Amino acid sequence: MIAVGDIVVGSIVAERTVHLTREALVRYAGASGDFNPIHYSDDVAASVGLPGVLAHGMLTMGLAVETIVPWLGDSGSIREYGVRFTRPVVVDPVTGAELRIVAKVGAIDDESARIDLTVTSGETTVLGKAQVRVRLP
Amino acid sequence: MNPELVGRVFPPTAPYLVGREKVREFARAVFADDPQHLDPAAARALGYADVVAPPTFAMVVQDQTLQQLLAQPDSGIVLQNVLHAEQRFRYTRPIVAGDELIGILSVTGVRAIGGNAMVTSEAEIRDAAGDHVVTATSVLVVGEGDE
Repeated sequence: MIAVGDIVVGSIVAERTVHLTREALVRYAGASGDFNPIHYSDDVAASVGLPGVLAHGMLTMGLAVETIVPWLGDSGSIREYGVRFTRPVVVDPVTGAELRIVAKVGAIDDESARIDLTVTSGETTVLGKAQVRVRLP
Repeated sequence: MNPELVGRVFPPTAPYLVGREKVREFARAVFADDPQHLDPAAARALGYADVVAPPTFAMVVQDQTLQQLLAQPDSGIVLQNVLHAEQRFRYTRPIVAGDELIGILSVTGVRAIGGNAMVTSEAEIRDAAGDHVVTATSVLVVGEGDE
């Protein structure tokens, strides 16, 4: 739950690491209805010039924002959430991919706070301007 | 890519009934293990009628609206040439199991960059009472491919 002391610009409010596997991509394909084969077939990914099978951008976006839900307490406090898909996440068939998410307070006004999400895979930042506007209690 | 798509508003999609098990399935898929997404009692404790869908679940309804756009014979869009560049959601309230949702798509911008087109579209998602739930905005980069 949000503690008032947490709401300081620059403070980290939540962080986690998610290990993505090919199984996770198939699970997301089924749950979301996005069956683009670049998210599960090495042959198709290679045929369109990709370095490998990629995670769905919407999977990365979806798991990134969930990092802050336990801290928020109520996901209904989220007023707005936007991202740019800047770099693909390649998911190796054997080792998968590790995503690191860090959520920091970016700005505060009277009614809301902007939480900035940094999402990295190895040294690469994969989402740009990943910002969540949340209503303050 | 057809620039005359700008300003086009599509008819509402068929009502999508949000099921409890679908919300749970989607929650597991996005590594959302907070009880509000899985346990109806935890959701009720927060004041919701049933499990609360994760924030990006709105894309399931948005996707139905984008299928309408892709199916337009004059769109000039070929799926294999489409890249998702940006995504945004603006919420009035979260989606909850039991909601019956429709999406209304409008194309708000088409901009040429190099040989590609950036297409901005907005899907306004409303519940059975006609009240606004969430607006999903996508920016797609559409390459010039074989039609």
